[in-house]
Amino acid sequence: MSSQMQNFTKGFIKENPVFVLLLGLCPTLGVTTSALNGFGMGLATMFVLVMSNIVVSLVKNFIPDKVRIPAFIVIIASFVTIVELLMQGYMQALYESLGLFIPLIVVNCLVLGRAEAFASKNKLWPSIVDGMGMGLGFTFALTILGGIREILGSDSIFDTLLHIFPVDKDGNPITMIAFVLAPGAFIVLAYLIALTRKLNK
Amino acid sequence: MGKKPESTFINMVSRLFAVVAVAGAALGFVYMQTFDVIQAAKKKKLETAIGNVVPAFDTLITYKVMPATGKDSITFYEAYANKELVGTAIATYTEKGFSGVFKIMVGFSPDGTIINTAVLEHKETPGLGDKMDKKKAKWSIQFNDKNPKTYILKVTKDGGNVDAITAATISSRAFCDATQRAYDALEAKGGKNE
Repeated sequence: MSSQMQNFTKGFIKENPVFVLLLGLCPTLGVTTSALNGFGMGLATMFVLVMSNIVVSLVKNFIPDKVRIPAFIVIIASFVTIVELLMQGYMQALYESLGLFIPLIVVNCLVLGRAEAFASKNKLWPSIVDGMGMGLGFTFALTILGGIREILGSDSIFDTLLHIFPVDKDGNPITMIAFVLAPGAFIVLAYLIALTRKLNK
Repeated sequence: MGKKPESTFINMVSRLFAVVAVAGAALGFVYMQTFDVIQAAKKKKLETAIGNVVPAFDTLITYKVMPATGKDSITFYEAYANKELVGTAIATYTEKGFSGVFKIMVGFSPDGTIINTAVLEHKETPGLGDKMDKKKAKWSIQFNDKNPKTYILKVTKDGGNVDAITAATISSRAFCDATQRAYDALEAKGGKNE
């Protein structure tokens, strides 16, 4: 069980998919304009990751080697579409703010990467644990990244105003807008990667 | 589980086909299960947007109109209470946004006065252009209760009556453009079938 625990916790710091493995950076940079967006994207990706890991580890002996990647992609794309439909029906607001990035989970190399590198070589239970660990690590990374960008760029966290920054004549906070734009994502990500490397030493 | 099958042509085709068939069936099932919920959620969102820009109504008449300028049609939602027209919500758009097209909903009272506006979808810069959204700033309230007959829908810099968003003049101009398109369409239609 201790090896399972290790398998589970490695996703947070030691093998964090974003800060250490540098996987799935497109949605990481794209959606993390607020903590809530990062959190929602992380959970959606985790759902796809766990489900695809389960199915891939179950069917790994059914699929011939040469067609395994197309088969994995079909499995992943199906789960992404399911997530998209469910979100559209039950979580309209989140669906709208994540928008285009939901279908892009299909090409998130984290999901295919775990299917190929882990689930296709391991039994069901370790694959579930791996999916959950990696998914939580991804969610954690995106929420931190989104949170920092939201505080610096919008003066709020989880859509709650913080009133750290001074306000202009209309009462709108004067913030560092660069942080909610694309360059801010790179700056914050770079600092977080540096910090993780320091912690892992 | 048995040994991994050989990568023969028959094996590859049949196994891949099986995977796709199961995936397709699963998708079809989920699609059918969520279809009604998604339609209801979309309808509710549209009705909320309409309700925000016109007074309370009981009947809605929807039709599309091709504006004098612009590439796409705009949608009219005529709101009736007790068979009397209380307002017209118009889903309009502009191509002049800082990041391309954005869509807004403008509500007009029967005499052409703007009741309220709401942003439907946009890709404007967070922190700058997105202040046109009421959720972010109070900017767009200045349009309320103004009649475009006398109220010039241009930013002050261009000789109009609209105070532009600080550092987002392009988004402000585009917002005016979308509102003007809706008003022009309303005016053009006005005399014909009322």
